[in-house]
Amino acid sequence: MTQAETATAPATVNEPTNGTPLLELRDLHVYYGNIEALKGVSMTVGEGEIVTLIGSNGAGKSTTLRAISGTHKPRSGAVMLEGRDIHHLPAHEIVSLGIAHSPEGRKVFSRMTVYENLQMGAFSRKGEKIEPDVARVFDLFPRLKERRTQKAGTMSGGEQQMLAMGRALMAHPKILLLDEPSMGLSPILTEQIFNIIREINGQGTTVLLVEQNALMALNAAHRGYVIQTGKILLADTAKNLAANEQVRQAYLGEI
Amino acid sequence: MPGRRIRLNFVNLFLWLLGGGLLAFAAYGSFLTLIEGRIQPNQWQNLIVAGVALGSVYALIALGYTLVYGILFMINFAHGEVFMWGAFTAFFAATALNDAGMMASNPVLAFFLVLATSMLVSMVVAIMLERIAYRPLRGAPRLVPLITAIGASLFLQYTARGFYGSGVRAYPDYTIFDGTISLGFLSLSVKQAVVILAAVGLMVGLYLFINRTRTGRAMRAVSEDKDVAAMMGINVDRIIVTTFAIGGLLAGAAGILYTLIFNQVLFFMGFLPGIKAFTAAVLGGIGNVIGAALGGLILGVVEQLGPNLFLSGYGVPSPNQLKDVIAFSVLVLVLIFRPSGLLGRKENT
Ligand SMILES: Nc1ncnc2c1ncn2[C@@H]1O[C@H](COP(=O)(O)OP(=O)(O)O)[C@@H](O)[C@H]1O
Ligand SMILES: [Mg+2]
Repeated sequence: MTQAETATAPATVNEPTNGTPLLELRDLHVYYGNIEALKGVSMTVGEGEIVTLIGSNGAGKSTTLRAISGTHKPRSGAVMLEGRDIHHLPAHEIVSLGIAHSPEGRKVFSRMTVYENLQMGAFSRKGEKIEPDVARVFDLFPRLKERRTQKAGTMSGGEQQMLAMGRALMAHPKILLLDEPSMGLSPILTEQIFNIIREINGQGTTVLLVEQNALMALNAAHRGYVIQTGKILLADTAKNLAANEQVRQAYLGEI
Repeated sequence: MPGRRIRLNFVNLFLWLLGGGLLAFAAYGSFLTLIEGRIQPNQWQNLIVAGVALGSVYALIALGYTLVYGILFMINFAHGEVFMWGAFTAFFAATALNDAGMMASNPVLAFFLVLATSMLVSMVVAIMLERIAYRPLRGAPRLVPLITAIGASLFLQYTARGFYGSGVRAYPDYTIFDGTISLGFLSLSVKQAVVILAAVGLMVGLYLFINRTRTGRAMRAVSEDKDVAAMMGINVDRIIVTTFAIGGLLAGAAGILYTLIFNQVLFFMGFLPGIKAFTAAVLGGIGNVIGAALGGLILGVVEQLGPNLFLSGYGVPSPNQLKDVIAFSVLVLVLIFRPSGLLGRKENT
């Protein structure tokens, strides 16, 4: 089938040509016990890009992000950040190398205030001034500023999503991993969140965006990968993917 | 299934009756005692002060249980032994300083030296417990570290017994802490004042540490979600060790304060205060720091006041022998009526 053809040569056409990519995954195999969740995932993210990873529930999107941020170690393969393999490093060291992960389901510290959550986001930058970054986050998400001293657990889903993204930004990441930021949000809020993702990218942060909401994700991204049961199925520019017949049928809800 | 629900309700009914009966028994006993007026107001006051002092010690130990539970969802049942090692260290340090004449020449410095040594030794014991007994078992089923805790507890007890013998050892007296203080209607011994002040100081320090410092915030983050804490750049293992270390420091301080009140050490002395401090932690809501402090104080006061208040009215010949019964009845009542404790969150795991 054509699937196999596309899968064997992922992304080479659209890969940024200027030297090593910011992030590169090489043949990642990740297991949960005996279950192989990723069966050889390879992909690249170039500096300044928004790259999206789309796929249905259980395809392995979150697992890919966990392998990158070190929260779930791959059994084999490599995670190259600026040409250096980091897959064996503990998660708490990976953050300070420039990878911030905003996990699925927000996972804000619910018993801490908004401000304390932001402080936690900057934990890896010991001793640095964080006020300018707090100001930047409040600029992006004015709602958070009003709730500065509120406990995060008492906020709405949309506000928690904003906080999760703001918290990740506090680490000054080179690359921001976003896991389903639109999950459970109203269409209006989703629209807002995607605009902010573009804005963050415009300010110079590279973004790897995982989404089930393929349409929105492909609209915002430069390039995309489609993952299915632990394998990369398609890799192309976001525009081409959005036009792809297969993608339209499987992920954009068209018949 | 309906059959099961009916059975559960029946058990609950029985427990409520039992709890209600205990409360009614205590209330009627208090009524009788107060009517009789056999105990003078100043005796009540002494009992309450003694209870607060003892409760401060329980609170310090209880904090160790609650901090570790908050992070690992595990009861460190060897914590009573950490306390015992603190008390033993205080005994040896104080004896040595006493023999060297320092207790006489510079008693305040001697006290702080003994305090520092006890806290340090207990901290080291707590850290080694985590490293050797618990860390290799992280991720194992819950029962496994529990059994290990019992093993570690026996190991620590019998190590102390092997080195120092099974007899009770008298603790040298701090003559500087003799005497009493009167604050208007309130009078208490200097020792009690020292115990209460030291405990309150340590607890305030802990509160500020947890709420105001970077490491304290990291502890709170780890207690909410270890994976996400690691994503923030927190070295979770280091925070876990830090938590055990803080629990150890507080237990070591509790060790010297306890010996200050009771003037003796014994290899088995960690057992009862350990279990009572655990009761205090459950009473306050395990995992909750303020709850542990509150639970300790309440338990100390109930234990001192309870026998005389609840029982002497019934003509019980020596009610104070029943203070442990009363302390554990408190645990039973908490488990019946408010399993999550006074300040505890509803269980959501
Ligand atoms: N903690 C886990 N334990 C066992 N299996 C898991 C775990 N997390 C995910 N999986 C399995 O791994 C596969 C990929 O999951 P995931 O990466 O969460 O998918 P996605 O994010 O694309 O929905 C699924 O089959 C899922 O059941
Ligand atoms: Mg997912």
